[in-house]
Amino acid sequence: MADVVFFHRVTQRYYKGPQILREASFRLGEGEMMFLTGASGSGKSTLLRLIGSLTRPQTGQIAVLSQNISQLRRSEIPAFRRQIGIIFQNPSLLAERTVFDNVALPLVIRGHSGADIGRRVRGALDAVGLLNKEKAFPITLSGGEQQRAGIARAVVATPKLLLADEPTGNLDPEMAREVMQLFMRFNQIGVSVLVATHALGLIRHLPYRIAHLENGRIDIQSADDAAAPAIAEKLI
Amino acid sequence: MSAAKNTVSARATKAPSWWSRVLQDHSRAISGSFTQLVQKPIATLLTAFVIGLTLALPAGLDTVLRNLDIVGDSLQGSLRASLFLKDSVTPEQAQDLNRVLGKRPGVASSRLITREQALQEFKEHSGFGEALDLLKDNPLPATIVVTPDHHAPEAQTDALMKELVKLPEVEQAQLDEKWLQRLYAILDLVQQAVAVVAAALGLAVIIVIGNTIRLDIESHREEISVMKLIGAPDSFIRRPFLYTGLGYGLIGAVLACAMVAGVALLLASPAHQLADLYDAAPALHGLAPQAVGGVFGAGLVLGWLGAYWAVSRHLHLIQPT
Ligand SMILES: Nc1ncnc2c1ncn2[C@@H]1O[C@H](COP(=O)(O)OP(=O)(O)OP(=O)(O)O)[C@@H](O)[C@H]1O
Ligand SMILES: [Mg+2]
Repeated sequence: MADVVFFHRVTQRYYKGPQILREASFRLGEGEMMFLTGASGSGKSTLLRLIGSLTRPQTGQIAVLSQNISQLRRSEIPAFRRQIGIIFQNPSLLAERTVFDNVALPLVIRGHSGADIGRRVRGALDAVGLLNKEKAFPITLSGGEQQRAGIARAVVATPKLLLADEPTGNLDPEMAREVMQLFMRFNQIGVSVLVATHALGLIRHLPYRIAHLENGRIDIQSADDAAAPAIAEKLI
Repeated sequence: MSAAKNTVSARATKAPSWWSRVLQDHSRAISGSFTQLVQKPIATLLTAFVIGLTLALPAGLDTVLRNLDIVGDSLQGSLRASLFLKDSVTPEQAQDLNRVLGKRPGVASSRLITREQALQEFKEHSGFGEALDLLKDNPLPATIVVTPDHHAPEAQTDALMKELVKLPEVEQAQLDEKWLQRLYAILDLVQQAVAVVAAALGLAVIIVIGNTIRLDIESHREEISVMKLIGAPDSFIRRPFLYTGLGYGLIGAVLACAMVAGVALLLASPAHQLADLYDAAPALHGLAPQAVGGVFGAGLVLGWLGAYWAVSRHLHLIQPT
């Protein structure tokens, strides 16, 4: 099985900043869902930015969807990014566009027809439970609703890989659980998912591997195989 | 049969043809930049006004030059050389010479005034009619009036004059209305100056539009960042700004034409009086169709160039955070 993310001995430090990653390595398999944990400032966002080609890697090797990130030319980055869905802690919706138009953006840049866009956007909004808010402007949404609109935008064009950076950061526990279930459902239809999160309580008993970042290195904790599937089923 | 039909229609909805996709992308970009221009009408009009003024200057100067040229054309009769022939030249030789001169390059026309005709004219105009009858011989020489082509450069006309003087049949030559020739020379010079000024102003238009688009880019920072995050190609992000540049150029061109037409209208009646005074072309001519085309062409090209300049300098500086 091909790796969707191949992260090999990556070292990264910001200019005049501390060393964030020290020869960190891990792999995300095709169709796999994985969590990324670590203390605040440990480098989770940095790692996701590297995978999404938002930050250039310094040393080491990163291959995403069989493409070598460090060799991507600037002109190749847009096409690369269209293969992945990225969700930030701050959903970064465009204030002057409706929820519908925000979610439609990835389809518009791909040149989908109006009818096709309508169908797919409503599908994505339905999946995140925002169908009744399609005409609303982001400012009128709650934090959780904005977060879900951001998720809808990330998945509307059916990416192969979903990267989420603390997607449950400003959600209440109930909502956080729902969002996690949403990711699990996307994963079940074949999307590879990598979620950076602080919510250890929420993920500890789920049947997924956890990559733990500490001192610039990644420590993989395998899923609690025995207990997890039952819990996962119950959650979904 | 119906299965094949279904496949075709299914493909039609899923993958629109290349053309309809291009059309769709561009109409989306155009509506986007139209919204952008309309959302802040004052700023848009101010920018377009500056562009209009810059385009109107060379267009207006060109119109003035064209009018002077027309006035000059109607005065062309006064730019000519009178060749006074030697007494020894027979009327037949004079006729022949007149024909030859009329066909020379650089000569617009040539007319022979015989000694008899000259005397006749002089009698009529001078009031010495009776007195001249007392003269035994006709003292007036035969004359060939040569009208040079006024579009020829002054140097060429001068050379022509020198040659005419040296003709064995010619006693003396006189170039009338040298000032008119000077005027044409000056007009030529001014025309070249206008071209230089137009080029400089064109650069100014590029800078004005480039700067305006830069501010537009700045105010859409957030949007551009999100677009890049979701993998929008550069061409997609660029397109609405390029159309905005074209929009500024277009509105500027409309304003420029309106300004020149307005000034021409204001000057119409004083120009009419002036023309009467000189017995010249009666009407002031407004913008020529070519000039209108030029203004619109320049507006669009410069608008696009200004936008492209701004976009290529500033878009890549915005990266998703
Ligand atoms: N652009 C930058 N320039 C310099 N230093 C940076 C930059 N971005 C992040 N850092 C530093 O790199 C370290 C790791 O940051 P990062 O955002 O990856 O951590 P994180 O694990 O996502 O933290 P959190 O859980 O709080 O989001 C931090 O110490 C941060 O101060
Ligand atoms: Mg972070």
